[in-house]
Amino acid sequence: MSEVDAMTQDDSKPETEPVGGESPRAEHPTIAVKTQFQPGSAGDASEKEKVFELKDISVAYGGNPAVKDVSIDVYKHEVTALIGPSGCGKSTLIRTLNRMNDLVPSASVTGELLYHGEDLYGPTVDPVQVRKLIGMVFQKPNPFPKSVYENIAFGPKTLKMEGEMDEIVERALRRAALWDEVKDRLDDNAFGMSGGQQQRLCIARCLAVAPDVILMDEPCSALDPISTGKIEDLMMELKEEFSIVIVTHNMQQAARVSDRTAFLMVELDADEQSRWGRIVEYDDTQKIFTNPSDPRTEDYVSGKVG
Amino acid sequence: MASRRDDPKTARASIALAGARGVTAAMLSDQPRRDVVRNTIFASLLLLAVAVALAGLAFLIGDSLIKGAPRLNIDLLTNGTSALPANAGLRSAIIGTVWIISFVALFIVPLGVGAAIFLEEYASKESRLARTVEVNIQNLAAVPSIIYGLLGLAFIARSPLNLGFVVLTASITLTLLVLPIVILVSREAIRSVPPSIREGSLALGATQWQTIRHQVLPAAIPGIATGVILALSRAIGETAPLIPLGAATFVTFDPSGPLSGYTALPLQIFDWVKQPQDEFQVLAAAGIIVMLVLLIAMNSFAIWLRNRYEQRW
Repeated sequence: MSEVDAMTQDDSKPETEPVGGESPRAEHPTIAVKTQFQPGSAGDASEKEKVFELKDISVAYGGNPAVKDVSIDVYKHEVTALIGPSGCGKSTLIRTLNRMNDLVPSASVTGELLYHGEDLYGPTVDPVQVRKLIGMVFQKPNPFPKSVYENIAFGPKTLKMEGEMDEIVERALRRAALWDEVKDRLDDNAFGMSGGQQQRLCIARCLAVAPDVILMDEPCSALDPISTGKIEDLMMELKEEFSIVIVTHNMQQAARVSDRTAFLMVELDADEQSRWGRIVEYDDTQKIFTNPSDPRTEDYVSGKVG
Repeated sequence: MASRRDDPKTARASIALAGARGVTAAMLSDQPRRDVVRNTIFASLLLLAVAVALAGLAFLIGDSLIKGAPRLNIDLLTNGTSALPANAGLRSAIIGTVWIISFVALFIVPLGVGAAIFLEEYASKESRLARTVEVNIQNLAAVPSIIYGLLGLAFIARSPLNLGFVVLTASITLTLLVLPIVILVSREAIRSVPPSIREGSLALGATQWQTIRHQVLPAAIPGIATGVILALSRAIGETAPLIPLGAATFVTFDPSGPLSGYTALPLQIFDWVKQPQDEFQVLAAAGIIVMLVLLIAMNSFAIWLRNRYEQRW
């Protein structure tokens, strides 16, 4: 068993109660701040278990920095949102967390990234093992050109997971709130589904391999408001079990679903030849949206710039 | 016509309106005469180009059908080689071609698809080696087939492989000849699988090989199969490389395996065409029909396969 596999074994400490005991369903998806927000509920960081600790993380593509000096902690059973304008390195940053950036030959990561205290970029860490534990949902739904069933079963089969495959598939689809819609057409090609269904299928596919963390890179940007609402509801349920990091263009979405928000901005060098992203502020979502410490955050979340 | 609210009230206004409408109508309908002529000429030239290509094929088929009609019967396929035109048939040549092509298929699928997977999925796109290989594969596809025949003669029929003039020699030589086609088409098919599919699979913790094996290749198979069939039909039709490889044009036995002497369809036809007797010309025409039907059937199947199973992304 690799080091990364072993890491999850010491998760036995009592977990902090998830935030927001009542139903997390957002009734009015347009309301900027979620109504059941408990002031300070996410705030007491010292008690929370850290999933990721980023220390001065910088990512560059072939020498051009994409994001610089990111130092944030991501906590267990929370939704952490990364917001900011286009080109600020949100996607780059989230793809660093499960080593998807390794697929880009020119990408280089400096700094320290700890996952449950272990260096994710350590010499003995296998990126394949990392991705088993840290799943990812992409911007555009990317189901495999196969049946619904095979889409879900591929991960567990590949990872040789124990258990009855039919049950694994049903459980994953139920948890992604998709079972009732697809239970009669599990053998149909996933390409025949609507965009929202495809994206929930991709979430179900990710859940089927029982990850620890789910990364979502603008999961709703290609979806209509109703599908978006369903996926946001889903995220509120899933964070009871998983830790979620989401990149979003949509500030309202960050406000609705996340417990903590990091705001990134684009910086230019002196002669404006290169640009990269940097964290401006990272705090409770409520604080970021109602009482940010940095005036740039305030301008962005209030829509003055963007 | 019922009077409308905006109809002109006076006669002068009516005339003015009619004039204005006339001008508008003229502007809309009057295409300059020069443009009309140019369009017609251009379209006719294009049609002519198509017609020349099709006419060539139609003439070949028609001529062969008329000339070969007397011999287009089951005996043509079941009779063996004979010095007497009345008894001669294509059986030995067909069996030879089947043997050769079976081995070509056996060789080109793993070699062609393997090379394509390596170049698309593993080799770094920027590396000098990958670019060199890429250019050279395209060059190889353009090398005249007789060159491959000489290569086969020098290295496969003679030392180092020293196989002699047998089916396997022809198969290996034709494999080298059509391999670039298979590689190029397979690469195209693999490249058409969007990167998001690979990312989706890798993000689940699948290895690169699992991703290729279970996601990329299945999605690319229709395209690859099309390329393989087209390559095989090219191999069936090739005559030139087999001439230096000792394909006997007159064999009195049926080829019986990879190490057997052989003849092949195009060579048998070539041999008949060379004969002085008119009856052999009839046989050759009938043989051409058999080959054309076979090749058109294979190519149609490849096109059908592509249209039916190719994944739309």
